[in-house]
Amino acid sequence: MKLTGAQIFFECLKKEDVKVIFGYPGGAVLDIYHEMRNHDIRHILVRHEQGATHMADGYARATGKVGVCLVTSGPGATNTVTGIATAYMDSIPIVVFTGQVPTPLIGNDAFQEVDIVGITRPCTKHNYLVKDVRDLARIIAEAFYLARSGRPGPVLVDLPKDVIQGETEFRYPKKLNLRGYKPNLEAHPKQIERAGKAILSAKRPVIYAGGGVISSSASSLLHELATMLQIPVTTTLMGLGGFPAVLEKDQGTQELHPLWLGMLGMHGTFRANMAVSNCDVLIAIGARFDDRVTGKLSEFAPKAKIIHVDVDPTSISKNVPVHIPIVGDCKDALKKFIEFFKSEKLGDIAKKRDSWLSRINEWKKTYPLAYEERNDVIKPQFVVEKIYELTRGKAIISTEVGQNQMWVAQYYHFTKPRTLLTSGGLGTMGYGFPAAIGAQVAFPDKIVFDVAGDGSIQMNIQEMTTAVTNNLPVKIAILNNSYLGMVRQWQELFYERNYCATCLSGSPDFVKLAEAYGAVGFRATKPDEVEPIIKKALETDKPVIMDFVVEPEEGVYPMVPAGKAITEMLLV
Amino acid sequence: MKKKNDKDLRHTLGILVENQPGVLSRVAGLFSGRGFNIESLTVAETADPNISRITLVTIGDERIVEQIVKQLNKLINVIKVIDFTSTDFVNREMALIKVKADAETRAEVLRISDIFRGKVVDVSPHSYTIEVTGNEDKIGAIMNLLKQIGIIEVVRTGKAAISRGKK
Ligand SMILES: Cc1ncc(C[n+]2csc(CCOP(=O)(O)OP(=O)(O)O)c2C)c(N)n1
Ligand SMILES: [Mg+2]
Repeated sequence: MKLTGAQIFFECLKKEDVKVIFGYPGGAVLDIYHEMRNHDIRHILVRHEQGATHMADGYARATGKVGVCLVTSGPGATNTVTGIATAYMDSIPIVVFTGQVPTPLIGNDAFQEVDIVGITRPCTKHNYLVKDVRDLARIIAEAFYLARSGRPGPVLVDLPKDVIQGETEFRYPKKLNLRGYKPNLEAHPKQIERAGKAILSAKRPVIYAGGGVISSSASSLLHELATMLQIPVTTTLMGLGGFPAVLEKDQGTQELHPLWLGMLGMHGTFRANMAVSNCDVLIAIGARFDDRVTGKLSEFAPKAKIIHVDVDPTSISKNVPVHIPIVGDCKDALKKFIEFFKSEKLGDIAKKRDSWLSRINEWKKTYPLAYEERNDVIKPQFVVEKIYELTRGKAIISTEVGQNQMWVAQYYHFTKPRTLLTSGGLGTMGYGFPAAIGAQVAFPDKIVFDVAGDGSIQMNIQEMTTAVTNNLPVKIAILNNSYLGMVRQWQELFYERNYCATCLSGSPDFVKLAEAYGAVGFRATKPDEVEPIIKKALETDKPVIMDFVVEPEEGVYPMVPAGKAITEMLLV
Repeated sequence: MKKKNDKDLRHTLGILVENQPGVLSRVAGLFSGRGFNIESLTVAETADPNISRITLVTIGDERIVEQIVKQLNKLINVIKVIDFTSTDFVNREMALIKVKADAETRAEVLRISDIFRGKVVDVSPHSYTIEVTGNEDKIGAIMNLLKQIGIIEVVRTGKAAISRGKK
């Protein structure tokens, strides 16, 4: 029996076990929307296509599954570009379907025609223009496979209207034949052994883990390895949650995991940056030596033998020369490491590590993360701490970009993978709220918070309608400093305090704004109002905006000025 | 501007790609997007019509070229990348050179062409067009000689490279 392109589209999504599409219709995809009524799939109507991509991305980060978007041609397609680039930089598996003008019109500057395959070539893992309905099923199967395998990433599939209307036999390929794509998942045993020996003889080892640990579901193995060898762990922003900052038994106390160093890099903790700068073996796992992490390259981990595990060979020795490269999936490599160390005599590891760990503890005591507590104005860090206290271990937290994001990274202690959704690589303001919606769609019963800035939240606030109409009770906590705070901080430190174009006076009344959308709004202006408001928000089954009016000129510290070594931290 | 040691940093890459629309633009886009150099690039179908072969000459130190090769391999449509540098390979390019040729210089042009085993492929009252094939040095040498007579136009194909058969 022949099926139309639109029918094939849905059959393929069924095969891929897609439960939800984030989308926005238009002329080029009307046939798909028309066909939707015959299929058991949830469609979330967004209010801007950028929102759809971030929702699919948030859904993917929270679940580990592939997120799916559907938008129309031309402006619908171009509106997805920021979301695609965001997913690309953070290696998040999403598949974006865009409508396209009918094939005979392609190249004619037809109405709402845009070369979206050309536009997104550098920010997708791969993309396709489907020219023949007979290729449709194969291409969709390849798109999902590419998105989730190897180093995951976004894939775009452009669907001309005549292809969607065309008919053919439906056959979903069982085996894909991608001659040029063979991700190397298996870590080479010889390299594991070499690295293992280096680790055994290390006196001051540090693990530096990134988002790869989360995307390969390797966090419990990471914990096993770190505790087995008593190696302290730092993570990148993307790696937060990949190692428990707090042990289960210590939940409810102030105790951090004894091996936890906190995040490293530009706004990393003093102890993490010092530990990396003084270690003799650095074990990088699923991280990519981003400039926000390394600071001045020549002074990054200068004393260390560097071991680097990554599934993407291009990440290895791209920025920092690596002594022992291991191409492979983090999970496979960690398993093999654990096997290797089980077969070795480890001796009294605790004793062996004693002096290194106590040195780290000294760093921790000398410069802990801290801020000045006040009882007349709300400190933004205080809000994050309160959110942590009231939701620890239970919530999914997304962030926007700027100071809000860094305070979350510093003061919210993540203990589980896939509980932090944040735009690390691209730093996309406006990401957090739609990402939170995507996560809430996946987990309707979980607490999902977007910790936002007063600037960023206005970049995708239109999705409040999406949240309200779909009963997605996302909680937004705006750290309202009346500034583009992070940019203001740079102006304060490096541009003569010339606050050009960073003052945000004139923002809407966020409480009224929430109400206008049919959500709930609260405001806190004093520290003692913070906790009651968070509690009230948690008891509300609607989306909530909490407007925390905070100290306007608070800064994020420590801070490593761009281009400086990560030991050159400005402290409070 | 070329640096002095450009020649040492030059790498000839053979890139096997799936013969599909847009593949060349993925390869070229990779170079421009990441700030890598392309000195020359040729592309055509192989014996297998599903596969095309690109020969690309680039400039960079070991680290850059290693990154280029890895990035190329990462492209989904790229099947294989060979860095010919430091291997035994044959490379050739073809040039079509239109030279001023009047009664006075005609004989000289022919003589030079002969020395380089060139072929005259077009003749007009004022010019000869010479087809010549060879490696870089050879093309460079004939161009230098013809320059003195007067080159009107040159079209070069860019290098094509193949590894030598096993002995
Ligand atoms: C889309 C986008 N535009 C511009 C920037 C540059 N930028 C980085 S942080 C920042 C300020 C963010 O302000 P706000 O959301 O209020 O957060 P705060 O730093 O005040 O917490 C800006 C403008 C960006 N990251 N993303
Ligand atoms: Mg702000």
